[in-house]
Amino acid sequence: MKGLFYVLATLAVMGLAFWAYHGNYQTQAALKESRRLKGEIGDLRQALATLEAEWAYLNRPERLAQLAEINFDRLSLLPMTPEQFGGIEQVTFPAPPMLQVSQPIEIRGRLQTAAVKP
Amino acid sequence: MIRTPLRPLARVLSARARGENPDDIERENLAQRHEAMRDRMRHRAEGRLFVLAMCFLCAYVVVGVRMGMLAGSEPTEAQVASTDSEIVAQRANIVDRNGRILATNLSTHSLYAQIRDMVDPVRAAQQLAVIFPDLDAAKLQAQFTGKAKFIWIKRKLSPEQMQAVHDIGDPGLLFGPREMRLYPNGRLASHILGGASFGREGVDSAEVIGVAGVEKAFDGWLRDPANNGAPLQLSIDLTVQAAAREVLYGGMRLMNAKGASLVMMDVHTGEIVSMVSLPDFDPNDRPRPLLTGDASDSPIFNRAVQGVYELGSVFKPLTVAQAMELGLMGPDTMIDSRSPLVWGKFRIRDFHNYGAQLSVTDVIVKSSNVGAAHIAMQIGGKRQREFLGALGLLEPTPIEMVEAPTGRPLLPPKWSELSTMTISYGHGLSVSPVHLAAAYASVLNGGTRVRPTLLKQTGPQYGERVVSERNSAEVRKMMRAVVTRGTASFGEVKGYSVAGKTGSADKPKPRGGYYKDKVIATFASVFPSEDPRYVMILTLDEPTETSGSIPRRTAGWTAVPVAAEMIRRTAPLLGLRPQVETGPIVASFRTSN
Repeated sequence: MKGLFYVLATLAVMGLAFWAYHGNYQTQAALKESRRLKGEIGDLRQALATLEAEWAYLNRPERLAQLAEINFDRLSLLPMTPEQFGGIEQVTFPAPPMLQVSQPIEIRGRLQTAAVKP
Repeated sequence: MIRTPLRPLARVLSARARGENPDDIERENLAQRHEAMRDRMRHRAEGRLFVLAMCFLCAYVVVGVRMGMLAGSEPTEAQVASTDSEIVAQRANIVDRNGRILATNLSTHSLYAQIRDMVDPVRAAQQLAVIFPDLDAAKLQAQFTGKAKFIWIKRKLSPEQMQAVHDIGDPGLLFGPREMRLYPNGRLASHILGGASFGREGVDSAEVIGVAGVEKAFDGWLRDPANNGAPLQLSIDLTVQAAAREVLYGGMRLMNAKGASLVMMDVHTGEIVSMVSLPDFDPNDRPRPLLTGDASDSPIFNRAVQGVYELGSVFKPLTVAQAMELGLMGPDTMIDSRSPLVWGKFRIRDFHNYGAQLSVTDVIVKSSNVGAAHIAMQIGGKRQREFLGALGLLEPTPIEMVEAPTGRPLLPPKWSELSTMTISYGHGLSVSPVHLAAAYASVLNGGTRVRPTLLKQTGPQYGERVVSERNSAEVRKMMRAVVTRGTASFGEVKGYSVAGKTGSADKPKPRGGYYKDKVIATFASVFPSEDPRYVMILTLDEPTETSGSIPRRTAGWTAVPVAAEMIRRTAPLLGLRPQVETGPIVASFRTSN
């Protein structure tokens, strides 16, 4: 009975030690991963900031105006003016569809217009 | 263990033989046994106490050692705790009211030299001079072969330059990481932003500090890590700013002016939507301030905030607004306007003679100095001073720029009756265009005080009342008449019902008196006049309009046409729909029928 108890206790100690070390190694691995990810996030943020700066530089109004001028024949962009605002009633409606006339109209008779003349 | 018997037979027998009581032997043995047991017990107790003491000792040693380790170790960042920190740069971005970047950071490198590690200083100096044309090879060579151990060569490098320096291959040329401030829009809003430079410098990093404008005014805020990298949002609209700069620059060139400024402000919130001062500079490469001569000749001089000028007739609506607020007169009251008005040895003249009398409205429309002086006489100097003070015209503007306190209004040394008369038409009191914009916004927005700001606001300012709503509307009506039938007839912009007032003030000479051929032409306007949204102050410094036979310098010929074009270009960008003022739309019919 006593012997069995000792064996079980030893096994329990071994098991717990394994569990503790395992946990320790897992934590260390997680910390390492988190450090790596943080570094990566930092790098990406920095890259993003650089890209944003570049975007702002490429979209500066001066350059956009120059581009609009260079591509005027294709885009015809002009500065915004008050005349470009319009009312909804000023919008041109699409033309109503034309009636299909497939047969010429037969003329049955002619009104006597000459008789009406004074 | 062999137990000693309590009654050993041998001793009992010998005792009996001697006639002693054998029970004594038993008692003696019992006592001995008890003594031994007590000793054993004490020993065990002592052992336990020892173990316990050892445990406590160990615990204290552990605590003590741990404390010592904590005290002696370098602090490290918490690794386990997750932070949502987004800080990448040491300085926050500055963005416009729509979130477009006005100032940001770029990571770059600086170049320095450790002289004793250099292999071939002569060759390195020559190669560096090839890469950087602004460096002098001979000078560098002298530095590399001199006594210094450490030299900064360049503060900022582009990646290409860095690679080129790297290709020289000298181990003494080293790079340090740097964060540099970048203004992607160049000259746009240069005076507002100011600029940045390096503060304390080390090999591994350098402090970026603001040197002027918003950058310096908010230096602490921009560098505060507690903001978690949140950008500073200004009230400036980048699109409007770009259009305004373009128009103003064109106007300045066309009118042969040496400088120009523009302030466009929301009349209800006090937000400055656009502020331009020309000539301007590139904040990425901020010029040094002038050491000699007039500071206003330098491009870094902000005419809109720092420049205080006698702005002339644009003060007349303020005079009239106060007179009506005091109940002294109405828009149709007749005012004496015989020119010249003689006061002591001083004469006040009008541009033309406008006859014996003018209505208050016509004093504004025809811009009669004599009429304004008569109105001011009725108001009196003390009340005039109080009113101008209530509009904020007697102290520096509270605008969030480090230059704001330098734009201190120039007051007459003694507020005499003559001063009262001249100030009524804008002479004798020098204020900056921002001052005037704030005063106009306060009087014309319905009559509540507005303080100018460069930060985006969430709602209107509810300042103290300076004039009543009715008088505010009356003044707007008079200013509208200035555009429809007065001095600012070029200021009409179809659909926007511009109201305004011109001002052409002779420039004062530095040694007293006024120049005959140098004026500051100002057009102060508000639009739309029925429901005011924006106030715009446009100033041209020494303009000359040369299309006629004689050069024209009055604001009506110079500042007003530029202002009209400015409104035509910027009002649609501000989202203002043109209002059709008269009659129904005639030209609306269906084209397909």
